[in-house]
Amino acid sequence: MAVCVAVIAKENYPLYIRSVPTENELKFHYMVHTSLDVVDEKISAMGKALVDQRELYLGLLYPTEDYKVYGYVTNSKVKFVMVVDSSNTALRDNEIRSMFRKLHNSYTDVMCNPFYNPGDRIQSRQRVEGQVSSLNWTVSLCRAFDSMVTSMMIQVC
Amino acid sequence: MADEALFLLLHNELVSGVYKSAEQGEVENGRCITKLENMGFRVGQGLIERFTKDTARFKDELDIMKFICKDFWTTVFKKQIDNLRTNHQGIYVLQDNKFRLLTQMSAGKQYLEHASKVNFR
Repeated sequence: MAVCVAVIAKENYPLYIRSVPTENELKFHYMVHTSLDVVDEKISAMGKALVDQRELYLGLLYPTEDYKVYGYVTNSKVKFVMVVDSSNTALRDNEIRSMFRKLHNSYTDVMCNPFYNPGDRIQSRQRVEGQVSSLNWTVSLCRAFDSMVTSMMIQVC
Repeated sequence: MADEALFLLLHNELVSGVYKSAEQGEVENGRCITKLENMGFRVGQGLIERFTKDTARFKDELDIMKFICKDFWTTVFKKQIDNLRTNHQGIYVLQDNKFRLLTQMSAGKQYLEHASKVNFR
């Protein structure tokens, strides 16, 4: 069960970050921020082992005492970071991979939305006057992204 | 084959539509071309996200260029780039000898008649 999910743009600013609301959210934001260094290290192709892999899924970035942080990078250098509860030992690598796959698919759908400007935040709550039809489409696609992330967070393993 | 003709016609109309709806002076200062380029850029971004979803991670710039010349061009234009040249310092020249969006137009009578009349400064 994911505790925090973040989508980080190529320039290392967050496009979407959402955590389980029960805890101090700033802690998760900080963890995601520090994990960016580890992601950069993994994609800079240092050492032969990393180059041979050439996968989008980066695996476990670093474990802390309560949480584990996993990473995934797309070919357009957009990074997905997921923080998972350590007490959930039943979560296997394959499940994390499939969660990242679903996230990537939803992100691609948001990218293809003509009313979404790349670089904007992915949010489903907008108060804009006029152009109701375009607003509805953007809202529904971002809502689909939101609901997909929600399903990952309340998933029972 | 029919769907190719549809996109070709839409594409041509897009260009003439942007020029028709241009305001006074926009044609000269190149704003129409900027609009068209931005449209193409945005569409390209969406296409690239979809296509690179399943490919392996790119190691370096050459990998990216090879992907564009082979996979991307084949998926969009059903052929590969004919010539790729680089100066190894960040400049790449891609040559397509038979660009699919223009082949129909360049062989037509209207273009051959009017092309010779255009004044190339």
